Amino acid sequence: MSTVTEIAAKTVSGRFGAYGGRYVPETLVAALDELDHAYAEAQADPEFHARLDSLLRDYAGRPTPLYFAARLTESLGGAKIYLKREDLLHTGAHKINNCIGQGLLAQRMGKRRIIAETGAGQHGVATATVCALLGMECVVYMGEEDMRRQELNVYRMRLLGAEVRGVSSGSKTLKDAINEAMRDWVTNVRTTHYLLGSVLGAHPYPAMVRDFQRVISQEARAQILEKEGRLPSAIIACVGGGSNAIGAFYEFIPDASVRLIGVEAGGRGTGLGDHAARFSGGTPGVLQGTYSYVLQDENGQVSLTHSVSAGLDYASVGPEHAALHDSGRAEYISASDQAALDATVRLARTEGILPALESAHAVAECLRLAPTLSRHDILVVNLSGRGDKDMGILSRELNLKGA
Amino acid sequence: MPIRFAGKPGLVAYLTAGDPDLKTTHQIALAAIDAGADVIELGVPFSDPLADGPVIQRASERALLNGPSKPATRLVDVLGLAAELRKERPDAGLVIFSYYNPVLRFGLERFCAEAEAAGVDGVLVTDLIVEEAGEYLALLERHHLAPIFLAAPTSPDARLERIGAVSKGFVYAISRLGITGIRTTLASDAKQLVDRLRRYTPLPIAVGFGVSNAEHFAAVGEFADAAVIGSAIVQLIEESTPEEAPSSIARFIRGLRTPVLQAR
Repeated sequence: MSTVTEIAAKTVSGRFGAYGGRYVPETLVAALDELDHAYAEAQADPEFHARLDSLLRDYAGRPTPLYFAARLTESLGGAKIYLKREDLLHTGAHKINNCIGQGLLAQRMGKRRIIAETGAGQHGVATATVCALLGMECVVYMGEEDMRRQELNVYRMRLLGAEVRGVSSGSKTLKDAINEAMRDWVTNVRTTHYLLGSVLGAHPYPAMVRDFQRVISQEARAQILEKEGRLPSAIIACVGGGSNAIGAFYEFIPDASVRLIGVEAGGRGTGLGDHAARFSGGTPGVLQGTYSYVLQDENGQVSLTHSVSAGLDYASVGPEHAALHDSGRAEYISASDQAALDATVRLARTEGILPALESAHAVAECLRLAPTLSRHDILVVNLSGRGDKDMGILSRELNLKGA
Repeated sequence: MPIRFAGKPGLVAYLTAGDPDLKTTHQIALAAIDAGADVIELGVPFSDPLADGPVIQRASERALLNGPSKPATRLVDVLGLAAELRKERPDAGLVIFSYYNPVLRFGLERFCAEAEAAGVDGVLVTDLIVEEAGEYLALLERHHLAPIFLAAPTSPDARLERIGAVSKGFVYAISRLGITGIRTTLASDAKQLVDRLRRYTPLPIAVGFGVSNAEHFAAVGEFADAAVIGSAIVQLIEESTPEEAPSSIARFIRGLRTPVLQAR
């Protein structure tokens, strides 16, 4: 088992254990180096931090509350449940943390054109928002299947002044949107910053995006110590690319007593193509710039994936999660489409909180785990986003018309 | 077999193996060599070809189609095709062109051993840069395979030096930023890049990305040693029936060497 310091030390070269690295066409290397340098400079610049902190506070709405879910706790009869309310942030999800950070960085680099990929549309909306705020041109690539199932977010991005470009290749979801964004970047690299939305892609993205999301666990750790005077038994977060999960886990990694539980999309079954559970169905490989677990066939072709939640519907996972998985420091399990839908209803009706379908996967694991624990245990669930965007899917799946 | 460019300029012809099926790729490759291609790049189809434009994306999709009469093309099939071509055309240069994941999944060492056994001359992995290529370079060397790398207009001199230091066979200079595909004009980036590269390598330099007609081909010949033609060939294959594809590719390649009289 590699130690935390080992894992941290490897991030310097963009490696997390064996994972990560930089697997890109040569054309992009200079831009990745430029980004790496600009990010290192920004990190050392108090003015950058002051600007970032002020926008996170006054614009995005940080710190987010750590909310004790009393009725849910009571109804499950086990561990005390706290919800980290990233869903209360401006634009409705944790994605804004990273978008503000990278937006300011793009500004420093003098790049006026921003491109992004989006799955559920939350990252696209957050990117379009920050581009409006900073006066930058914004193009968002989105799979046509995702545009259909997250239609409201498409309208939001357009309202904010972004151009949404539909992607019709492959499975028409997140993976295909990333391919198309990379094709744009490789063409317009001199003027354009690729504002990648998760802890994916080539170095420095996985480490940089994680740093912009660390604030989740920095706050949550201090908040739980203040409220309970002790650390939680476990942190639970959903894992698509893994940015909310790594943000929620990171400051707890040295706390060996705290279990870190990542929940992948179990979809509609265990067959290849029916889910997005990379750690149970995938093998190490290279996809879209990084070496990590990938759902693929025996010939190295990347598999199609399925999840009711567009934000978890992706064939690979952030490389730092791959390292945390192999070292045993974090556990990765999956929750099915049905479990996520059930969890959505349960949380809505016991707490009056509508989680995003992505975050509902973490809630589903909480519903399973909490009753098996004692009243002295504490669970923190990272509620990464809110479910307003999912009303179309929910009304169809749950048959809400006068049930 | 060392890679040699007999023509002036030399011609590297890219084919997506298995598009529309392996038998047709085989016939097209033979026709291309006989029409004057010095090197054949056999592209391994991949599900996520993020450096490629729509023409080669569609070729990958066709090669990966899995039907009763035509199974999806695998890396092992591409190596089999290379072995046949090597037997039939001992002097042609043969390069395997792939994204990294199919090679990794096959096993890097096994890939190198089987490529050597097939008589392959060189390997180009689109998404593998020099910094990530330590083990790859060692294995290619052990199996007498030439590592071919891409050099881009955005690569600073320090990187060109590194690329020059580890390359064998030839260096592939990307003529412009962007993905593969047919362009109406050749970028001015290309000559500048080739001039910079010359300082760091005595190897032949082939220019690719957007080279698609006799005029481009002649223009590349003014400052580079060879031109890589990809999308123009792949598009012609797409527009032809499998039966007529070999002869239309042969005609196209012979046409590239015909002097361009107009518009110069």
